[in-house]
Amino acid sequence: MKNAPRKQRLVVMLLVLLHGIVLVGGFVAPYDPIRQDRERPYAPPARIHFVDGQGKLHLRPFAYAQRLREGSFDQYQDDHATPIPLKFFVSGASYRVFGIIPAKTHLFGADEETVNLLGTDGYGRDLLSRILYGGQISLLAGLLAASVSLLVGTIVGSASGYLGGWTDSIAMRLAELCLALPWLYLLFGVRAFLPLLVSPVKAFLIVVMTIGVLGWARPARLVRGVALSAKERDFVRAARGFGASNSYILRRHILPQTKSVILTQAAILIPQYILAEVTLSFLGLGIPEPAPSWGNLLSSLQQYSVLSSYWWMYLPAMAMVPFFFGYLALSGTLQEGRGAAKIGL
Amino acid sequence: MTPKCLHAIRRAAWLGVVLVFGHFPRLVEAFPQSPQTTKTEFLVSREAVGKRGGRLVLSLRAEPKTLNPIIAVDAPSREVIGVMQADLIHINRSSQLTEPGLAKSCKVSKDGLEYSVELRRGLQFSDGKPMDADDVLFTFRVYLDEAIHAPQRDLLIVGGKPIEVRKVDAYHVVFRMAKPYGVGDRLFDGLAILPRHLLEKPYQEGKLAQFGGLSVSPAEWAGLGPFRLKEYVAGQRIVLERNPYYWKTDSNGSQLPYLDEIVFLFVPSADAQVLRFQSGETDIVTRLGAENFSVLSRQARGYSMTDAGPGLEYNFLFFNLNDTGAKSSPEAARRQEWFRDVRFRQAISAVVDRQAIVRLVYQGRGAALWGPVTPGNKRWANTEIKHSARSLDRARDLLRQAGFFWKDGSGGDQMLFDQHSSPVEFSILTSASNADRTKMATLIADDLKQLGIRAQVVPLEFRSLLDRVNQTKDYDACVLGLASFDADPNSDINVWLSSGGTHLCNPSQARPATSWEAEIDQLMEQQLVAKSFEERKKSYDRVQQILDENQPFIFLATPDILVGAKDNVGNFQPTVLESYALWNVENLFLRNASEIGGK
Repeated sequence: MKNAPRKQRLVVMLLVLLHGIVLVGGFVAPYDPIRQDRERPYAPPARIHFVDGQGKLHLRPFAYAQRLREGSFDQYQDDHATPIPLKFFVSGASYRVFGIIPAKTHLFGADEETVNLLGTDGYGRDLLSRILYGGQISLLAGLLAASVSLLVGTIVGSASGYLGGWTDSIAMRLAELCLALPWLYLLFGVRAFLPLLVSPVKAFLIVVMTIGVLGWARPARLVRGVALSAKERDFVRAARGFGASNSYILRRHILPQTKSVILTQAAILIPQYILAEVTLSFLGLGIPEPAPSWGNLLSSLQQYSVLSSYWWMYLPAMAMVPFFFGYLALSGTLQEGRGAAKIGL
Repeated sequence: MTPKCLHAIRRAAWLGVVLVFGHFPRLVEAFPQSPQTTKTEFLVSREAVGKRGGRLVLSLRAEPKTLNPIIAVDAPSREVIGVMQADLIHINRSSQLTEPGLAKSCKVSKDGLEYSVELRRGLQFSDGKPMDADDVLFTFRVYLDEAIHAPQRDLLIVGGKPIEVRKVDAYHVVFRMAKPYGVGDRLFDGLAILPRHLLEKPYQEGKLAQFGGLSVSPAEWAGLGPFRLKEYVAGQRIVLERNPYYWKTDSNGSQLPYLDEIVFLFVPSADAQVLRFQSGETDIVTRLGAENFSVLSRQARGYSMTDAGPGLEYNFLFFNLNDTGAKSSPEAARRQEWFRDVRFRQAISAVVDRQAIVRLVYQGRGAALWGPVTPGNKRWANTEIKHSARSLDRARDLLRQAGFFWKDGSGGDQMLFDQHSSPVEFSILTSASNADRTKMATLIADDLKQLGIRAQVVPLEFRSLLDRVNQTKDYDACVLGLASFDADPNSDINVWLSSGGTHLCNPSQARPATSWEAEIDQLMEQQLVAKSFEERKKSYDRVQQILDENQPFIFLATPDILVGAKDNVGNFQPTVLESYALWNVENLFLRNASEIGGK
């Protein structure tokens, strides 16, 4: 039990590191994620070498230029005559740090030829850059949607648990209705009502709001449970006896009790909503091309030819794994902590 | 040598073959017991001699809707009907020229108004009942009946009047038209001769359109094609068996077809079709996408893949040129103003990277297009049309002339603005189920970005897309494809006439909205009644030129016809015309393993 906080700290550090990489994705990514290189569709990941064909060791890592095989569309071979040395902190495509500060420096790059460390997609766009930028969108969608539904859920849940009576009944019936709604079909409907020309930002907000607003029911029910038991506690009764107002008691005594439930819920909901965005974009209902998101990066895998020929197109799915792992571990340790806290009481 | 001359020579050679063998049929070993005394006048096939027996398995993307040629419009139905029915005069899918079918010969009168057709003697339907001139008369009565709404009817109205059909005797029928018909004897292709003995009763009862569904019993359905219905299992397959009364033989005198059975499996998705073929469950696979084609080619074992060259399908981008008038929003009206400007459309056409579309969408297995006539259509392409290379400068010039200008947009990039200083942005619809066209639209959107135009690709479910294009007219631009089933320009007449329902950019106009649309209407009418191929070609060349000048459709690319077949399928000669692999189904046969080794 004692190492629970330590484990928690480790998991949090891992998550911060992962999010940090994605946050400065513009710097880590070598290219513009929507720039097409029509001469290089489905180029495989470039191999990084330190030793050349003559067995000579180079301190600076290099990759060989990839050339299309004669008469082929997607079969490449390394051109051993043209090594491309990798350079660090090079100037390249412009981007904005945190979406505000314009910058041009990239972690690595090459002078003339392009090096695609994770290969390219069917339009010749750099997959590594797309995964990083796509991560920004998918993670942000998850975080925003989770905060929307936690906010709504906490307000509705604590009010209905504390006030009880008909407020409680109505809120909970509504919650049940929301849980029963087939959200995928609802989104199809929402999409059909919208005008055809929506900007990517608008489309993003629509996705976030829809999954966020629809998801309030589960946290609301949990928070209500906590509020129900908390309002019978002696210190709450005492406060009421002293004439404290409802909003004061909610703010001061009930909400702090729900903190651990909300945190645990957040750790569960964020990956769930990331996955929801991925599902929607995979089906073509989420973030529209050419903007990348993990979902629409994976959507080309719907084709058998891509599935069977280009293994690197699975990589966006691999990128999700550490994030999900981190969030689930975090919710695990949070729950452990909650249990320990209860025993401690 | 002119194409017409060549045509005449080829036809003469053909008729020669038919006359020699047609009048003196060889006896056939397994000739069925015929109730008639007349011997069948067989048509002798020129293809390589094969071997009797075996079953061929194929897959269809969807279940055919019907076996009835009078109401069939969907591709799966047409494919199945194609092997069960026969026509008087047939277009050879390989040479794209006509050749005799059920008709032994066809003579045209000097004024070009009368076609006298002589039928083969001793023809029998697949149920053994004889076929003669009365069946032909009945067939054309049905096709021309307005109450039936047969899709073939439009082609049989010449100069506003239906073709008259007259019986001379049991083997001679005369077709008379009000005006000379430019199509000539190609007209008869695809008009399946129907069995009067089976269909007359339902026709008189007014139930003909409901007749011939898939659940029809094999005894109640007959045709003149190489195969006849054996069994239909809903949701699974349809099985056809050899028609023992078929009227063709090979050059050894054995009666065709060679195969005992053809099985069509219903396999709903393209990927599933590929997997079935790869696992050896099906013998032939057609309508392949380039990506699946290369997957199959890479792992080819026991089968071989064929690239038959560019087909007749043409993909294009078009803008909403409808007069939506008062009901459209101010933004939509402003966008329409751009689309109506021919310089805007020319600029878009100049900036589209067609070669990239061929390379990235079709993996190089296709051809870039600057007009509706693909390289697969050997006779009709206008070679004068310039294949202008992609040019950003020309596009910029055209836009500047049209009053557009550039300035820095919110993102720091150069954005295009119109005279009213509103940014140029619009959406491009594509069908969500068609990955190829979605990819084309995405490439176009990226090309347009270089002009400072923001185009948003919107994949929609196909039916709601058609609804927007044809009914509500609530869209900006759209990428679609059309596939003609014949190389003749008449098969696309609905696309080019301003009154046509498939004139997608502004369908079913009461009167032509622009002068160039009026000119196309006139030229299409002209070629319809022109007497010689040269005259028709001249009219159609001009149509292609007008399309190129005005760019109502911005033609993009055409895919190659990609097919695959197991190595043991003999006489497999895929063509670029529908039905690609089955046009010579009566000649297909299966080899033994030992014979493949020697191949």
